[in-house]
Amino acid sequence: MRDSRRSRMVLVLLLAISFALITVDIRGGRNSPLSTARDWASAVFGPAERGTSAAVDPVGRAIDAVRDAGSHEDEKKKLKDENAKLRQELENVQLDKARVAELDKLLHVASAGQYKVKPARVVAVGPAQGFSWTVTIDAGTGDGIKQDMTVINGDGLVGRVTSVGPMTATVLLATDPGFSVGSRMAGSMEIGITTGQGDRPMKLQLLNGQAQIKPGDRLVTFGSQGPKSFAPGVPVGEVTEIRATPGALTKTVEVKPYVHFTSLDTVGVVVEPPRSDPRDAVLPAAPAQQPPANPAAPASAPASPAAQPSTTPTGTGNSKTSANGRPPAKNPTPSGRD
Amino acid sequence: MGAARALYAAVLIVVGLVVQVSVLARLGLPGAVPDLLMLVVIGMAMTWGPTAGCVVGFAAGLCADLAPPADHAAGRYAFVLCLAGYVAGLFAQRGRQPRQSVVTTILVVVVLAALTTVLYAGVGALVGDTAARNVGLGRLMTTAVVYDALLAPFVVPLVMTGARRIDPQPLMPI
Repeated sequence: MRDSRRSRMVLVLLLAISFALITVDIRGGRNSPLSTARDWASAVFGPAERGTSAAVDPVGRAIDAVRDAGSHEDEKKKLKDENAKLRQELENVQLDKARVAELDKLLHVASAGQYKVKPARVVAVGPAQGFSWTVTIDAGTGDGIKQDMTVINGDGLVGRVTSVGPMTATVLLATDPGFSVGSRMAGSMEIGITTGQGDRPMKLQLLNGQAQIKPGDRLVTFGSQGPKSFAPGVPVGEVTEIRATPGALTKTVEVKPYVHFTSLDTVGVVVEPPRSDPRDAVLPAAPAQQPPANPAAPASAPASPAAQPSTTPTGTGNSKTSANGRPPAKNPTPSGRD
Repeated sequence: MGAARALYAAVLIVVGLVVQVSVLARLGLPGAVPDLLMLVVIGMAMTWGPTAGCVVGFAAGLCADLAPPADHAAGRYAFVLCLAGYVAGLFAQRGRQPRQSVVTTILVVVVLAALTTVLYAGVGALVGDTAARNVGLGRLMTTAVVYDALLAPFVVPLVMTGARRIDPQPLMPI
């Protein structure tokens, strides 16, 4: 055994340092002294992750295409090469089509809710052994992303931005046990708190223990104002199971999220929440026939005060100055397009 | 030779970490994600000994704690990988000659894959993060062991060959 005293000392020292780091980081919370180090790390690793995922995608597609191309007969080689190439092209087109469809859906949700979203793609995923459900997206401070912004996709609520680097941002997924969001039952307007539970379905705690709910009821986010605003009216999920806890004031309800978290690709960051709560108008079409509980559909928005022409939810950086104090992204001079 | 080692370790850590989060994690394998970073640490620790092993493990873990998708308290992976590097270095250096057969390597990887998963959850529980309760720890551990053992014969010998070429002497304390 060539384990010497000094190597043991180094080990103990480093273990003590890591434990000190953990303590400091947890106690510091959001203002932890390690956030500077985190910023540096995301400035270094963010672009590398972006580049890698961009470089790997075509290679993966090419491998798939070649694998699909079949056997090795020489006389058909030329034909097969061509075939493989075409297949690869086709697959690229299909992938692009899927992405376009996803983007389309996202824009549809955004336009129904009148959010202003910034599209982004998932470039890295936190490991399952880490027990935290996070992803990295390829949009950062340069795209106007800030901490605590809401992240959605075409199906509904994805999560919340926890830290932002120059080119990338980290998103805490709604399934993370540390994720909670105030939510509202579509229709009955009952309020509760939805919490992630990892691989299990999300959990909803309704504030009103007497609330009448049934499986199939749908949930949207409640939304909040202020510096840590959460976009209101984003679809969260559907009630699957209701358990009355004996002795407790609130019911515990299981919620199946609309978003498929294992196959996240294109997402949108809500850079500007809607001016008024869209309520449940953004939800996917109800399976059963129900009278619309909310007559004020935002599609036919009432005549809003003048000088608000921007209802287009395009993700371009051309955002206007808004009343809630966000700085304009570009020069406020009117652009001279023909 | 210290600088060359440090550079080699830094390059491997960055590459290992980026490939792990941007390629392996996005494959969407059931259960755990192959822990490439741990394999890289094990490879260097098995060549350079326990002291270098725990230093390299600490550095790699700290990078994993701070790089983008991470959202847990910094220091958790540093703690776990530091210990993993030490154990791997110790294991490889028992006896006269460092053992370098593939079987030994896989054995070390299997033991450490299980150990790191449990240890990571344990450190989290110690500081009040109970998220590990929400997943099947057994299934996660099994898949982690299987993936890491499958990946090990390709990664660890390669890392060890490179490490030996840079400096064959184990970094032993005086």
